[in-house]
Amino acid sequence: MWEQIRSNQIRSVILVIAMGILLLAIGFAIGFYFFENAVGGLILAIIVWGILNLIAFFQGDNILLAISRARKIKPEDHPRLYNVVEEMKIASGLEKMPDVYIIDDPALNAFATGRNPDRAAVAITSGLLQKLNRDELQGVIAHEIAHIKNRDVLLMALCSVLLGTIVILAFFASRFLIFGAVTGGTGRSRRSSSQGGGQAQIIIMLVGLALMILAPIAAQLIYFAISRKREYLADASSALYTRYPEGLASALEKLGNSTVQLQSANQATAPMYITNPFRQKGMKASDLSSTHPPLSERIRILRAMAGGAALTDYDQAYRQVHAGGKGVITAGAMGAVGAVGLRSAEPEAVTKEPEAEHIERSREVSDLMLRMNKYRTIPCDCGTKLKLPPTYKDSTIKCPHCGRINHV
Amino acid sequence: MIAVYVIIGIVVISIFMLIVTYNGLVGFRNQVRNAWAQIDVQLKRRYDLIPNLVETVRGYMSHERETLEAVTNARNLAQQISSAGAGERGKAEGELSSALSRLLAVAENYPDLKANQNFLALQEELTSTENKISFSRQYYNDSVLRYNNKTQQFPSNVIAGMFRFQPDEFFEVAAAEEREAPKVSFA
Repeated sequence: MWEQIRSNQIRSVILVIAMGILLLAIGFAIGFYFFENAVGGLILAIIVWGILNLIAFFQGDNILLAISRARKIKPEDHPRLYNVVEEMKIASGLEKMPDVYIIDDPALNAFATGRNPDRAAVAITSGLLQKLNRDELQGVIAHEIAHIKNRDVLLMALCSVLLGTIVILAFFASRFLIFGAVTGGTGRSRRSSSQGGGQAQIIIMLVGLALMILAPIAAQLIYFAISRKREYLADASSALYTRYPEGLASALEKLGNSTVQLQSANQATAPMYITNPFRQKGMKASDLSSTHPPLSERIRILRAMAGGAALTDYDQAYRQVHAGGKGVITAGAMGAVGAVGLRSAEPEAVTKEPEAEHIERSREVSDLMLRMNKYRTIPCDCGTKLKLPPTYKDSTIKCPHCGRINHV
Repeated sequence: MIAVYVIIGIVVISIFMLIVTYNGLVGFRNQVRNAWAQIDVQLKRRYDLIPNLVETVRGYMSHERETLEAVTNARNLAQQISSAGAGERGKAEGELSSALSRLLAVAENYPDLKANQNFLALQEELTSTENKISFSRQYYNDSVLRYNNKTQQFPSNVIAGMFRFQPDEFFEVAAAEEREAPKVSFA
């Protein structure tokens, strides 16, 4: 739909190709070093990469959802969340409604997955769902839907498979190398047999060795670079879909103030989340080893979008924050949608007392989690809702507030 | 001989351009139609929700008959002309939106109503439907903008003229005050 997707894709493709070259280089080095046959190493690298790719392509989303212990919800489980996802689906022009998942975790985070827009899912932690008002939730969900719409999910999955393959190969190669050196195995015997090969061979071998050590690091840096770029674009698209950048900005602010770390995240899945689950305080903009741009910067850019909600406005705000810098969104892409106005806040956010609203939301979410865990609710006459775990076997229960005996 | 090749080349290229542009126009037009269908779904959903809302609310706010009637009338009117074009329909839907927001503003004064679970569920549905209407309108208008640009800009306008691709109407709501989503809010 919006043309920037295509032009941004080109830059990403270049970075992916760079990673691919790294993979081939390491395969070459392994082949040369261990099998005396560079082509064999290349084939090995490609086979490992191919297998991992197939797994990621067909089962990647299920694996990701399973390891983050996400659970699918139905519209009636949490109408507000489901509605917000549907609203953003409409705003983005996505054709199929993504599945909605909840992760029972007090940490604040959300992610999107799925190999194409027709098979996508959005997951959000119960902690985040509790913390955000409707506008903020909309901003976060729009950011995730933008990842789906811009096909970042597939791109990041392919990249992480590439990265994974490079890391695995380098890891085993270096183990073999150490092992070989200790026992006088293949590596050394090979070297002595090819004594006559001269200095050139040793240099090539040293280069190969350096490559095995450096490739995983380089691949990781490229991976992070791709990831950061996609985050900016998703933020810009979020503002465009909601026409209300402040929603995402204030959601990010809440995310920034939280110190709880997500239990089920790991380094490989980090770029899928809306903020880096391993974030440390005081990270700089130029930090190369981060999957996400610093939150404070993302918030500042969103807040600087005074003129409108189009991608041009985001780009302008980006330039403003990085005085005199280059924009993040390619020029050819920005003319696609004309002037786009901003809208005002949802009245809910203004009128409701923040305290009361927060309590209400917390109750809503905890009820949802209890329902998902098959708890039964029994209304007591005094207005209390009694929640019974599935393991509760007695036929009656005493209300802790009024002392009435209720039948289960 | 060279001249013949040049002519053949030009003809082939222009046929190719024609096909690409034509298909592009059809794609954009279908996107507009699809976007329109999306709005339609949401507007229908609103027609369905309103009688429920009026039923739920009636018992609590019997002295607000006028407000309730205004909503019902606006709904019926909007439903009647639901086969009209975007321009006319926008006006009726705008009126419905403002009648609805008046009703919901009045409901603010009835604490009992705000404690009613049924009403709260309806309120969430209605808030979301209003949002969906405005988001699908946003998407529709973006699609129309792109389609219209294509039909009016050179060189695609030549092909648009040849095959009668008409520019489409934007979906605008009636008055300036209704440009925002109605204030559906119950503190």
